[in-house]
Amino acid sequence: MQDDPVIRVVAKVLIPAIMLFALYVQFHGDYGPGGGFQAGVIFAAALVLNAVVFGLHRARQVWPMRYNLMGVSAGVVLYGGTGVWSMLAGANYLDYFALKADPKAAQHLGILLVEFGVGLTVASVMVALFFAFAGRLTHIRLVAKTAAHEATDSGTSRPGDAA
Amino acid sequence: MGMFAVNAFLLLLLAIIAVVALRVHRLFALVMLSGAFSLTAAAQFVVLDAVDVAFTEAAVGAGISTVLALATLSLVPREEKPHAIAPLPAIIAVATGALLMVSIGDLPQFGAADAPVHVHVAPDYISGSAEKIGVPNVVTSVLASYRGYDTLGETVVIFTAAIAVLLILAGWTRAPYRREDEDRDTQGTRSIEDKQEDAG
Amino acid sequence: MSEIAAHWNYYLVIILMMLGFYAVIARGNMVKKMVGLNIFQTSVFMLYISVGKIDGGTAPILTGDPASVYSNPLPHVLILTAIVVGVATTAVGYALIIRIYEAYGTIEDDEVAVLIDSDQDARERADAEPAS
Repeated sequence: MQDDPVIRVVAKVLIPAIMLFALYVQFHGDYGPGGGFQAGVIFAAALVLNAVVFGLHRARQVWPMRYNLMGVSAGVVLYGGTGVWSMLAGANYLDYFALKADPKAAQHLGILLVEFGVGLTVASVMVALFFAFAGRLTHIRLVAKTAAHEATDSGTSRPGDAA
Repeated sequence: MGMFAVNAFLLLLLAIIAVVALRVHRLFALVMLSGAFSLTAAAQFVVLDAVDVAFTEAAVGAGISTVLALATLSLVPREEKPHAIAPLPAIIAVATGALLMVSIGDLPQFGAADAPVHVHVAPDYISGSAEKIGVPNVVTSVLASYRGYDTLGETVVIFTAAIAVLLILAGWTRAPYRREDEDRDTQGTRSIEDKQEDAG
Repeated sequence: MSEIAAHWNYYLVIILMMLGFYAVIARGNMVKKMVGLNIFQTSVFMLYISVGKIDGGTAPILTGDPASVYSNPLPHVLILTAIVVGVATTAVGYALIIRIYEAYGTIEDDEVAVLIDSDQDARERADAEPAS
């Protein structure tokens, strides 16, 4: 699939569009269907498409595993931190009214932060899951390849095994 | 009536997909049917006015879930060992379904506006979302504001699941195999672990 | 008959639930069990969403029109988060299936059970023998 020019070009056009759509879903969730959960999954879908078309190795160069680990934790910290902020402002945990003077603006801000935390966690989790599953396959192929090479070295392999 | 027809059609389609999924032995076909099931379920959710749920089901159930299942199938056998219909589980499943069907009779009529579930907190949420929160999408305001604790818990569950999968698959653990297991382990498994430690 | 007309949606959802439940408890293949679990799970979601539906209602996104009736948003919120949590737990299940296959070379649960039994027998025999 990595050698097919049609798929590569279409993917190159689609990936930024999918990411943009994810951001739209993320920040338009107050007004229409959408929100952090959906946006996170859509954003992850863009990175999964990248990995499927250009190979896991390339995808991991673009988006290293440590980004996922940071994203997974940062999302939860952002969510929990919003609650702590409202506590520091003198209200209950996750009571957004304390965040700003105007109640509706305060609620908007709180929902925005919390939804962004959810989106960050969900996107990173989904990409991390895909990398973990696909990485397992790469390792097994690596093992098979090494085994084939070892067999070639000892002169017992059939022709074509190394390819 | 139109709604009845669309809804019944989608539910029948779902039942057909589920029956075929039970009978098919090739797991690739099974995973594709599972994706089709999720997509049809998403259409069903739109008919039942749950647009946010439909959105999520289409992205998660038909998208990511299928991708993960395909990634799994690239590592495990793709054929199921053929089975005859197992009588005891079939009896248990039918009996459970029959019990549920008997108790369904006590639920309020489908679509009734005066059902208890609709008169308790839902009107508060709908009016409060406009007056206090100022967010037109009631699902968002309930999710992130009224029930923020709930969503925080769900986010932590997803976080934990990711950590669990990484521990299981990505070779994060440094814990050595117990000595007695090591002799018994197949060569393949050991060398994969070694490779992962080198790479990870 | 009127009873069925009043609850037809719930009855169809329960038939789906039975199919999923059967796949979980009867099938030995673990991938099939996971798909069965997904069907079971989705039909439970559908039951919740059906409870929230109001005849003649629209999606709970406020339009500003005071006459409009909105379906109950609460089940939508619960199920929305449950779907995402569901896929996360499904991923843990698939990860375990991969590890089980790597350790036992099969994903049929009866074959795995046989292997575990023979493993345990071997261990007991090894324990019974005096250390040389």
